[in-house]
Amino acid sequence: MHTFAQLYATLDETTRTSVKIEALANYFEHADPADAAWALFFLIGRRPRQAVPLPALRAWAIDAAGIPDWLFGECYDAVGDFAETVTLLLPEPDEWTADVDRSVLPFDGPQPLHRWVEDVLLPLRDRDEMAQRAIVRAVWATLGGTERFVWNKLITGAFRVGVSQQLVVRALARVSGIDPSTIAHRLMGEWHPSEAFYRTLLARDTTDANISRPYPFCLAHPLDADPETLGTIDEWQAEWKWDGIRSQLIRRAGRTFLWSRGEELITDRFPEIVASSALLPDGVVLDGEVLPWKNGAVLPFAQLQRRIGRKNLTKAILDEAPVALLAYDLLELNGVDVRDRPLEWRRTELERLIATCAPSCPTLLISPVITATDWDDLAAQWATSRERNVEGLVLKRRSSPYRVGRVRGDWWKWKVAPYTIDAVLIYAQRGSGKRASLYTDYTFAVWDGDRLVPFAKAYSGLTDEEIRQVDAFVRRNTLEKFGPVRTVTPELVFELAFEGIQRSNRHKSGIAVRFPRILRWRRDKRPADADTLERVRAMLPEEP
Amino acid sequence: MLILPTDAGLYCPIGDFYIDPWQPVARAVITHAHSDHARPGSAAYLATRDSERVLRTRLGADAHIETLAYGESVSINGVDVSFHPAGHILGSAQVRVAYRGEVWVVSGDYKTDPDMTCAPFEPVRCHTFMTESTFGLPIYRWPPQASVLAQISEWWRRNQEAGRASILYAYALGKAQRLIAGLDPTIGPIFVHGALVRITEDYRASGVALPPVQYVGDAPRGFDWSQALILAPPSAHGTPWLRRFDPFSTGFASGWMRIRGTRRRRAIDRGFVLSDHADWPGLLAAIDATGAERVWVTHGYAAVLVRWLQDRGHDAAVIQTRFEGEVGE
Repeated sequence: MHTFAQLYATLDETTRTSVKIEALANYFEHADPADAAWALFFLIGRRPRQAVPLPALRAWAIDAAGIPDWLFGECYDAVGDFAETVTLLLPEPDEWTADVDRSVLPFDGPQPLHRWVEDVLLPLRDRDEMAQRAIVRAVWATLGGTERFVWNKLITGAFRVGVSQQLVVRALARVSGIDPSTIAHRLMGEWHPSEAFYRTLLARDTTDANISRPYPFCLAHPLDADPETLGTIDEWQAEWKWDGIRSQLIRRAGRTFLWSRGEELITDRFPEIVASSALLPDGVVLDGEVLPWKNGAVLPFAQLQRRIGRKNLTKAILDEAPVALLAYDLLELNGVDVRDRPLEWRRTELERLIATCAPSCPTLLISPVITATDWDDLAAQWATSRERNVEGLVLKRRSSPYRVGRVRGDWWKWKVAPYTIDAVLIYAQRGSGKRASLYTDYTFAVWDGDRLVPFAKAYSGLTDEEIRQVDAFVRRNTLEKFGPVRTVTPELVFELAFEGIQRSNRHKSGIAVRFPRILRWRRDKRPADADTLERVRAMLPEEP
Repeated sequence: MLILPTDAGLYCPIGDFYIDPWQPVARAVITHAHSDHARPGSAAYLATRDSERVLRTRLGADAHIETLAYGESVSINGVDVSFHPAGHILGSAQVRVAYRGEVWVVSGDYKTDPDMTCAPFEPVRCHTFMTESTFGLPIYRWPPQASVLAQISEWWRRNQEAGRASILYAYALGKAQRLIAGLDPTIGPIFVHGALVRITEDYRASGVALPPVQYVGDAPRGFDWSQALILAPPSAHGTPWLRRFDPFSTGFASGWMRIRGTRRRRAIDRGFVLSDHADWPGLLAAIDATGAERVWVTHGYAAVLVRWLQDRGHDAAVIQTRFEGEVGE
């Protein structure tokens, strides 16, 4: 545990990528494989099932710290991180009194990470609350400093330390000499962190037996220049940038697996796609987008949201919010990884494949390629994105392989300009994590007659300096406090951008927007200059 | 009321003087030289003898400043006023105000932890105690100063081994001098940013023993900074001034560093938990030691501390002031 906590501290202390990779490589080089497997598991953001409910942890921490519940709330607001709040409030190990029984732990003295996880953390789930409390208190009274903090991070299931999976993979590649894309692929899908897994991960040659394992997604980079700078249009394939769930459909050994880009297995949510996929031959992997789809056209994203997170798919919901998978790319054919073949080749094979099963597969479609004579022609079609319910275009280099992650050069997303509106800051709340203790979470309002109605929340878009200034404004201009939320004098005006706009009964303004964010602080505008609800309503799509 | 909060500051109507006023007044009694407590423009100032030099640097050479030693008392329109060590920075004081047997103490800013550069905090018995609450949450508990100084030394040595300069940010008045006094000068040369030069000289001239430090601007061109520790105000972070030291590691000595998010948001490599304010146990102990019947709580987590005190049967209230604590503390 100590070396892992040291690694955590080192990663947490630096903002430099080179230092992080160095620290990770150094850790993996010397770590026991059983420890390394768990370290990897947590570092890339995986988590075991919640061992202990958070309210129970909170109650035990409050009890150990000898403070009332409301004070824990105040502390949490200042810290913005549950595990850290608990860590800061607990007595140090030498301050615990006799009423803690350290013998409930299965061992004594310093232990490696995997023993803390496998012998203490994981078995907690199956114990009753009394036993859980005794064990957690014993751990708290045993571990000090960073180790205690790391333990609290593990038990709360919120282990984040500012390293991306890509960074961890690079470090592992450096230590093992295995190609990063091979490691990334082996980390996809379901796996259990163990010594055996870690050895397989870094083995020179393994026959991959895991039939559900997806490939890492290739992601488009935002296009920040004029598309003409990309060269001649014949080098590029253009497709609509659909607004759905980016997914990978795997058909192997007579079974179908559907993965979301967040590496979540979502097969069960979309039975109609699974049904269609049964017609695909074995050894096929498709990259595509799950979309709300009806009568040959895409529906607004909100329709898809009704399907997400729903355990019970009733017939009614299947009828009201039908979906389809629009295939973008072909990653595996006849059981062979074809990601290195040029896009042109993959596209031809993909078209052939979908055409074969097309008549009987209404929910397995292909994302059409947009034909354009020149960049101007393409730009004219791009300008119609909004009315088509798409976010813009994706441009893919015809000669390119299917790469891992977000790499500049071959895939570009060319989004249409978002909707924008000027709104007034009316509520502020402290942020979490890095932004804890600063007021960084804002609610904005627009005018409805002489009243300001809350319209959108936005968290991102300001510079650190601007955040500090807004924070100071909030503190000096608080009208009322409701728990963590402060009502402030309506004085500051911001230009907000958002992607989609929908009617909504759940919002006071009657409107819900997608991806709202702050474009800029309009210091030149007075609150009276902010936009009206009427103008926002005018952006709504026609009533169906 | 012996003391009232007014638009110009905390006011004693019987004595007709203000304590740390935020607007120019005829007579100002000053707890310490930080800019949110000692503002320029008043006609006459009363402060501690230890704070005089620093105060003059801050208020200007023409400011009319009278001084008292700690414990020495003066009568202003029949009100007894005296200063008692607050342990915050050099010359910092709690102001004791007494009239016909009623005693009030305005603490200014204070800490109960040790500091080699100023007189240690002394509890003063009173009826009404006015306390700050900059770190008025139980998450704020300071590690022992010796262990924090040892961490800084170790960080400095590691930077030296790695060939990196050590940039240590600290509040220019108080914290920086406390660090200079506590650092081990045998590790390597200590340099200071221009903003620290004058105040550090004021400390020395006031009789505080400090090891020698050099002004960054006096170093020859092409100087090898890799063995040096450079003290700078937090505002120097992220400015072009830092370029000359590259490669370097940054550290920040402040009570706020107790929370990871604060350090990470500032993109500083290392946080060292060292504060010139009282931590939660320090605040509670100080309040307790005054024996006060009534506690007025100012800047910081005032509402939290008041609720805590009220729950324990104290007569406590939040008093709005324009004291800010030190944001870069």
